[in-house]
Amino acid sequence: MYKVVANSELAPGYKLVKIHAPLVAAKIQPGQFFVLRIDEKGERIPMSIFEFDRKRGYIETVVHEVGKTTKKLASLEVGDGIMNIIGPLGKPSEIRRYGHVVCICREGTVGAIHPIARSLKRAGNKVTIIVGARSKEYVFLLDKLKKISDEVIVATDDGSMGRKGYAVSALRDFLKSNKVDLILSIGPTLLMKTASKIAKEHGAKAISSLGAIMLDGTGMCGACRVTVGGETKFACVHGPEFDGYKVDFDELKRRQKMYVEEEKIALKEYERLL
Amino acid sequence: MSKKILPKRVDMPEQRPKERVKNFEEVALGYSETQALKEASRCLQCAKPRCVKGCPVRINIPGFIKCILNHDFKTAIKIIKKSNYLPAICGRVCPQELQCEKNCVLGRKYEPVAIGRLERFVADYNRSREYKVKKKVKLNGKKVAIVGSGPSGLTAAAYLASYGYKVTIFEALHEPGGVLVYGIPEFRLPKEIVRKEIEYIKNLGVEIKLDVLVGKTLSLKELFEMGYSAIFVGTGAGLPKFLNIPGENLNNIYSGNEFLFRINLMKSYKFPEYDTPIKIGKKLAVIGGGNVAIDCARCAVRMGAEVSLIYRRTEKEMPARSEEIEHAKDEGIKIFELVSPIKFIGDEKGNVKKIMCVKMKLGERDISGRRKPEVIEGSEFTIDIDTVVIAIGQSPNPLLLETTPELRVTNAGTIIVDENGETSIRGVFAGGDIVTGTATVIQAIGAGKKAAYAIHQYLREVGDV
Repeated sequence: MYKVVANSELAPGYKLVKIHAPLVAAKIQPGQFFVLRIDEKGERIPMSIFEFDRKRGYIETVVHEVGKTTKKLASLEVGDGIMNIIGPLGKPSEIRRYGHVVCICREGTVGAIHPIARSLKRAGNKVTIIVGARSKEYVFLLDKLKKISDEVIVATDDGSMGRKGYAVSALRDFLKSNKVDLILSIGPTLLMKTASKIAKEHGAKAISSLGAIMLDGTGMCGACRVTVGGETKFACVHGPEFDGYKVDFDELKRRQKMYVEEEKIALKEYERLL
Repeated sequence: MSKKILPKRVDMPEQRPKERVKNFEEVALGYSETQALKEASRCLQCAKPRCVKGCPVRINIPGFIKCILNHDFKTAIKIIKKSNYLPAICGRVCPQELQCEKNCVLGRKYEPVAIGRLERFVADYNRSREYKVKKKVKLNGKKVAIVGSGPSGLTAAAYLASYGYKVTIFEALHEPGGVLVYGIPEFRLPKEIVRKEIEYIKNLGVEIKLDVLVGKTLSLKELFEMGYSAIFVGTGAGLPKFLNIPGENLNNIYSGNEFLFRINLMKSYKFPEYDTPIKIGKKLAVIGGGNVAIDCARCAVRMGAEVSLIYRRTEKEMPARSEEIEHAKDEGIKIFELVSPIKFIGDEKGNVKKIMCVKMKLGERDISGRRKPEVIEGSEFTIDIDTVVIAIGQSPNPLLLETTPELRVTNAGTIIVDENGETSIRGVFAGGDIVTGTATVIQAIGAGKKAAYAIHQYLREVGDV
């Protein structure tokens, strides 16, 4: 059992959950992820890392409540246990000096961006973070982001905070007056697809961390296969980060929707029993 | 011999096909005591038993069969467990027809003795009567780490524990057993039986740590630093192979591994009671002819699909256990022989809808000794389906190798070992599918046993014991 040691609300539908998982905390590198299973009948899902404390053995993850498992995870109280956690999984981000890096994300994926941006900053890069959100109330962990970067740009769909519009529009504008060497995107597939396209147009490198469906997370099943540069890769062992120029984002999006109906059934059943 | 030999083996009771396709319960029900005695009486008790030579772990077969005849089932299990710690499993999943039973003298004229069924009977009889390890071995103060809790790891652990080592198994998944729990379906190998066999091994003093992916969570170097004097790597086969044909990443196309993992380990057949979903559809095609392919097909039938098995050679060349091919046919699975897929065709949502195939013919024999399938030009045709399972084998998992570059591997990615199972790193041994490529449970057990002995020798030589 892996104990939940803190759980706080970040925004409606978003929680920051802190878990005691010493083996994962000891080893995890920015860009890597872990897989958890809450209980006996639970599914295995990949989760990203917002923060880790190697000494005390804690990991923190941003939970976006979208389906049964994430809702259940978000509902865990301090002292509750998670049955299984395995990690670190996947390859670490390639942290080196690129020059000027823009990290772009939306709402909950600020969590996953955070440790990568921090390491990039420490490696001597100039780091700009662009955060998109529906509205002001969905912008969170901003102080943390500001601390580890040179600049944070916020874009909200309704204009209630920062500039009005999508994060990728903010990226386009930013590139009008800035030379950027790498655009690292973590977020909805459309955001990553557009960000990678913009990167290509501006001659910047593109890296995207793909949220493919996973099962074991160790390369055994092939559920997370993605096409990168015409070749099939497994996001769990070959990724999760890939060259954004080469990823077939349309295929990824399609594959992510494979169980939409089942997810609805599971959620409905869960809410009925609550 | 005055007694007349029964030409035919005693049939094992089975769930009838019509009933069993509606459930995941075990198909073969096992011998009763009377049936076991009758079958045991067929054994000639050869002075130079050829059956033993056919057994990869050299079980004293006539010995345990004689005990059955004497109603001494306790001694029978002791004899078997000397050579094999997982008899209830092997009795069910070993390809006996290619091993012990193939060599049985009776087989020249009649049906060979049903050795596998008798092994299973002895294991089941004693399990239901709480056969326990009596005395624990005195510990020698040394620790050995085992990577992976599949058949080779469990076996190595059991033997090392019996030699007096403190053994810890590190398993990546949330349940121990490896392929025995994620791969082989409930109706062929009930998970309760696997749990009981593992329980027995734990009773020998073996500790199992779940959620540890050696190579990622802990490195081999760290295991040594933690005080383990030797390591056995039994990580099994890893990445599923695909066909590399167009449309393979369409939705509802699974690898055999994923399909079985969802059903067996995650209990998708009980969705939504269990959270993990699976797509079955009305018409499902499985590609392949090995045990994994047959297992996938039989799972799909039980979940209500009309199932076709597509194989590029003929039924005769299928590597699957023959009893399971028969079971599959009885359950209504259609076998398309000499057919090979060349393309998957999807709808506008990206869901697979059709498979384009070609017909094949058998040509010259290849290195495997089987006749090589060749494409018949202009024979393209399509099959309508909703779901596809590709079960054409696996390649070794690269995870441990990536983080352990000192570990020498073949071009195929399997670990290179010497005749004792030792790898290029001193004190690190390996066995099972990670060394041989995809093979059988019993071969992995054999490798685990051999490595355990070699580790014991090694630690004595280096003066650790």
